[in-house]
Amino acid sequence: MEKFKRNKEDRVLSIRDLNISFETAGGVVKAIRGVRMDLFKGETIAIVGESGSGKSVTVKTIMGIMAANGKIESGTINYTFTNEKGERETVDMTKLSQKEIRYRFNGKHIAMVFQDPMTSLDPTMTIGKQITEGMMLHLHLTREEANQRAIKLLTDVGIENPEKRFKQYPHQLSGGMRQRVVIAIALACDPDILICDEPTTALDVTIQAKILELIKKIQQEKELSVIYITHDLGVVAKVADYVDVMYAGRIIEKGNINEVFYDPRHPYTWGLLASMPDTDTNSKRLFAIPGTPPNLLEEIVGDAFAPRNPFALAIDYKAEPPMFNVGGQHRVASWLCDPRAPKIDPPEQLQERLIRMRAETGMSVVNEKEGA
Amino acid sequence: MTEINYNAEPLLHVENLKQHFRINRKFTTKAVDGISFDIWAGETYGLVGESGSGKSTTGRALIRLYNPTSGKIIFDGHDISGNLSSADEKFLRQNMQMIFQDPMACLNPRKKVSEIIAQGLEINHLYKDKEDLEQKVLAIIDKVGLSKEHATRYPAQFSGGQRQRIGIARALVTNPKLVIADEAISALDVSIQAQVVNLMKDLQDELGTTYLFIAHDLSMVKYISDRIGVMHLGYIVETGTTDEIFTNPIHPYTISLLSAIPHPNPVLEKKRVSITYDKAAEGVDYSKGVNHAITKTHSVLATDEEFEKWTRKAEMAHEAGKLNY
Repeated sequence: MEKFKRNKEDRVLSIRDLNISFETAGGVVKAIRGVRMDLFKGETIAIVGESGSGKSVTVKTIMGIMAANGKIESGTINYTFTNEKGERETVDMTKLSQKEIRYRFNGKHIAMVFQDPMTSLDPTMTIGKQITEGMMLHLHLTREEANQRAIKLLTDVGIENPEKRFKQYPHQLSGGMRQRVVIAIALACDPDILICDEPTTALDVTIQAKILELIKKIQQEKELSVIYITHDLGVVAKVADYVDVMYAGRIIEKGNINEVFYDPRHPYTWGLLASMPDTDTNSKRLFAIPGTPPNLLEEIVGDAFAPRNPFALAIDYKAEPPMFNVGGQHRVASWLCDPRAPKIDPPEQLQERLIRMRAETGMSVVNEKEGA
Repeated sequence: MTEINYNAEPLLHVENLKQHFRINRKFTTKAVDGISFDIWAGETYGLVGESGSGKSTTGRALIRLYNPTSGKIIFDGHDISGNLSSADEKFLRQNMQMIFQDPMACLNPRKKVSEIIAQGLEINHLYKDKEDLEQKVLAIIDKVGLSKEHATRYPAQFSGGQRQRIGIARALVTNPKLVIADEAISALDVSIQAQVVNLMKDLQDELGTTYLFIAHDLSMVKYISDRIGVMHLGYIVETGTTDEIFTNPIHPYTISLLSAIPHPNPVLEKKRVSITYDKAAEGVDYSKGVNHAITKTHSVLATDEEFEKWTRKAEMAHEAGKLNY
């Protein structure tokens, strides 16, 4: 597929073998275990997973805003950008101090939109002040220039009457409006990467759709690279080009969106897809993943998902599966993809859904990779 | 599933319920402004709408956490609106229960699980002796998928999904006729949501409980509900069976709500644009609308003109086969 071509020169972010642990009263929590991820210019990747799977920790590390008890055990986060002199420069974010990241990159190159717009805005400052603050600091604009830009930004994110809103406080706006303001702040200094940490979870469905469409529009205009963190697969389907499914600190399935959604291979991805009722689900029971996520305080032997996996093989309890290349850009960490493994089909409800989904899109191919 | 007898008297009959909150001399919030609906025994009625539409207020007014401003609520033959007689109050407290949104906040952290669950039985004197009480508690703990050992633990020792199970056990232990689930699954992870929804459905099959399911996640509501009411700004703008709401939505707000549900089908989802509903621009005034019946079960709040306009629009959409909300 033409759409899913990646060009090496366009790579803006590459994470390799990232391991992060947290020192807690209960012991050491291995929150991230060997994450590898790439982000290219202009594309959107989505990180999907349950709470505690490590998706937020991963992006917070990129931003250098990890909690104080966190420690990067190993790995690199290489960020490529155009510096002040107009040259391409690559830095390893894990080697920089939090202070340095904060002064040089946050807001200016990498910006973040948080889940709850009420807690991410300062209630004692006007909207205008909050938007212009970053611009005056990073871009050295005068107050006048910054104000003008801020008003243009407010118009861009779809806020009517920007001059009036500029002087208002966060509590005078509705939830959707506030999230628009947060997006405007994130975009204020023309970043290359926008990280959206569950940007719509706190919002209503109708507003959620509007915000997602807005981010998409801005992304196309400014050639932004966007990282979404979410647990809502509907949102992923709407926005993402690439998907990384995380479980217990590892990426267990990754690929472009069509590969992961129309041809999922990992039992956890099956479970996630099947447990979300789409509006055509008629079966009497929802497919539910049994049990709860593992406790990362304990050493994980074998596949972390094995205890919840009805399809687990004997080896799943003994050795951690490597990333299997199943063709295209699709990688799966499951022993089921080993050539020696028995062939196991996804649960019935999911198979029906996959067939229906392919039919709806007019896809005749059962599996693109095998055809190619 | 047990058949629902729609010819019988409804279990809950709500007529013109209003719940206003007086903020100050000049301003009153009309959170719920005259809604009417019926819930029959054994069914699940889903109430959907955006935040601020009054769906939670409705639930809280029904269970009398608020004193409704006006309107009539008949629950299983008892009038539970206005001043409650002590007999009616006793009946209400035993037979209507609530499952709350946040399982972290709704359990007393200083009480053991068994004590939390037993409380309802103790207050209502629904047990013969200590042994009977203990047995009833353990039976319900088992039913919601927890084990005996969990009974002596504290809420803090459980995960979100397990805590919601405790909340469900607490609600069901008095064997209520109606359970109000106010966003009961919104705070849980996707994989856990499915577990809890399955549990609620199983318990309904087994015990014949009726649910009022309040939520904003339409795909889950569709999955669990028999009938749905769509609320907006204090009014039920459209009500009907799940099928009717999803295949033949009439009210523009319902249509915009349906169009906003993200589908997990990337190719389609990328092309779809949600439909905006602007109440002011369309000039809709809910207080002028009356309920127009489309079928016996399906009705929409509209003035005569609006009703004609919207049904024509819906018919056109039907003919064009554009029903992909």
